[in-house]
Amino acid sequence: MTQIELRGIEKFFGAVQVIHNLNLAIADNEFIVLLGQSGCGKTTTLRAIAGLETIDQGDILIDGKPVQHLKAADRDIAMVFQSFSLYPHMTVFENIAFPLRATRMGSDEVDKSVREVARVLRITDLLGKKPSALSGGDMQRVAIGRALVRRPKAMLMDEPIGALDAKLREEMRAEIKRLHIKQGSTTIYVTHDQIEAMSLADRIVIMHEGFIQQVGTPDEVYSHPANLFVAQFVGSPVMNVADASVAEAASAATVTIGDAPAGFEFPRELLSKLNGHAANGGLTLGIRPEGVLVRRDAAPGYVPVEAHIIEPLGSFDVVDLKVGSKMLRARTKAGYVAGPGEKVHVRIDPEQAHFFDTASGKSLGVRL
Amino acid sequence: MAAVRTSSEIALNRVAIVSVLIATLIFLAPIYWIASTAFKPKELAITVPPTVLFQPEITPFIRLFTKRVQMQKAVDPQVYEAAPWWEKRIYDGGERVLKVGKDVQLSQYPNRFMNSLIVAIISTVLAVGMGTFTAYGFSRFKIAGEADLLFFILSTRMLPPVVVAIPMFLMYRLVGLNDSHIGLIILYVAFNLSFSVWLMKGFMDEIPKEYEEAALVDGYTRMQAFFKIVLPEAATGIAATAVFCFITAWNEYAFALIMTNRRAQTAPPFIPSQIGSGLPDWTTIAAGTFLFLLPVAIFTFLLRNHLLRGVTFGAIRK
Repeated sequence: MTQIELRGIEKFFGAVQVIHNLNLAIADNEFIVLLGQSGCGKTTTLRAIAGLETIDQGDILIDGKPVQHLKAADRDIAMVFQSFSLYPHMTVFENIAFPLRATRMGSDEVDKSVREVARVLRITDLLGKKPSALSGGDMQRVAIGRALVRRPKAMLMDEPIGALDAKLREEMRAEIKRLHIKQGSTTIYVTHDQIEAMSLADRIVIMHEGFIQQVGTPDEVYSHPANLFVAQFVGSPVMNVADASVAEAASAATVTIGDAPAGFEFPRELLSKLNGHAANGGLTLGIRPEGVLVRRDAAPGYVPVEAHIIEPLGSFDVVDLKVGSKMLRARTKAGYVAGPGEKVHVRIDPEQAHFFDTASGKSLGVRL
Repeated sequence: MAAVRTSSEIALNRVAIVSVLIATLIFLAPIYWIASTAFKPKELAITVPPTVLFQPEITPFIRLFTKRVQMQKAVDPQVYEAAPWWEKRIYDGGERVLKVGKDVQLSQYPNRFMNSLIVAIISTVLAVGMGTFTAYGFSRFKIAGEADLLFFILSTRMLPPVVVAIPMFLMYRLVGLNDSHIGLIILYVAFNLSFSVWLMKGFMDEIPKEYEEAALVDGYTRMQAFFKIVLPEAATGIAATAVFCFITAWNEYAFALIMTNRRAQTAPPFIPSQIGSGLPDWTTIAAGTFLFLLPVAIFTFLLRNHLLRGVTFGAIRK
């Protein structure tokens, strides 16, 4: 049972504030992912929880007890580093046994614990090897083993698979998920890769420039981004974002992107939901590429546009469509749009549209 | 780079190999000269041109280790017959070995050699040890005025040490450190420390700090992490630094000459002092020099793998 709570954390590096009033409560057994670009403060937050970084303000509570004044060694937390940080002069066995050696555990018991962890991670045959003889994936398994062996209160992972190649990353992602389900320990995981975050997290904490932008389940941050930053950071291909204006039409509302000659048709209720926000300008439309519906032939509600660039990605294509002076990226079936210059018809799915206040970037919370 | 080497590249490669061989021969010539002279009969040591082929003998080493005097008249044949083989060699040279009762009196050489070992080993251990700790501190912690302090440490090497020899001698005499092991050890630690700090800092910087952080999170104190993780990782750097410090302390001549004369005198000032008056005994001096070369050669040889890694350390990004 381990709950971690961060209360009003502030951290400065010299004159630069890297964490602003950070508050977060992490439940027992929860898998939390801190997601953000490099320099957003996510690793600093993690290191502060581990005790490798001091904080200037606030409390870090583990199971209700403040630990910010405790040394890293006394917090009973394990950490997996991006660089693996296996001790090069020790065998895999000794690496995994190292945290246990600090506890004066009997050697029989150390042996048993190490072998048990090795079995779970399927690295028993590597125990006699030195880290330099291991592949990247195996190194990371050993690093995770070293973190697990002590049965710590919580596991901290700092981009643990960021240094691996794409295929191995996918494999290890599944492995980490499997381990978490099996071992069930409170885990805080730092990454800049939103796919990793989406696939692993119970809840994602999105950070930007030292501020938490949004905390929510993967579905929440994907479907209901709190602001433009989250909207554009989560999801691949990236969400389309464009200045938009809303006008009243006969039986509907039209949303026009930038200076485009034609607007997209939306249900009339959009007007009331925007509550006059459209009138004073400063409205931004966000639409994920899968919310941009493309047809070869004309249909009611579809606007004719020209395809500009086509990126074939195997299972689907990403097509850049010229709408006025803006580009709108759409996700289509592979090969659906034959080539650049082709005329197609496009509509925006109102149910997948997001509206943001341009000035503050905040979501207006409009759902149709 | 081309996969197949052209004939001009092969030729160039051969020229390079031959040049290296020639350079090696030139560099090794003085060492060969000393080594061969150490095994030569006395009269062959001064022939012009130098004798290259000769029957090697160890008489110079016997002379090196014994106290001897010139004999005024020939040795009594009975005494000669009764003498052990090595003493006969001394008699053959027209000298006799000094004895107190039946005990052969040793020359000063073993004692001076031992002084060199004591001073060099202790000063190396101290300089490398202190340098390692200091470098770790500079490498891992934020230190106010770090760059200035490091420059200050280095600045102690900007002056040829011998410039301060006279004031040092006066100060040493005042506090009674002249002609003492501890005095020389302090001096050599002071010479080597800046070098040791700078070299070790380079090595420490190369050791990712994540290793210690991992150990800290794994439940160890910083001191434990230093001894269990950092030191083994720094072994290469420590070995390389130790070799350089040992060589400096072992070979140091000027201060040893000024600061010591009897009790704590090291081998470097002692060996030439044996040239003496009259006809110099080059073979005995060569024997002393030859033995003096061995510890450094052995030490360097034992640590050669570390040294090779040491001098190329940090050149390649892992």
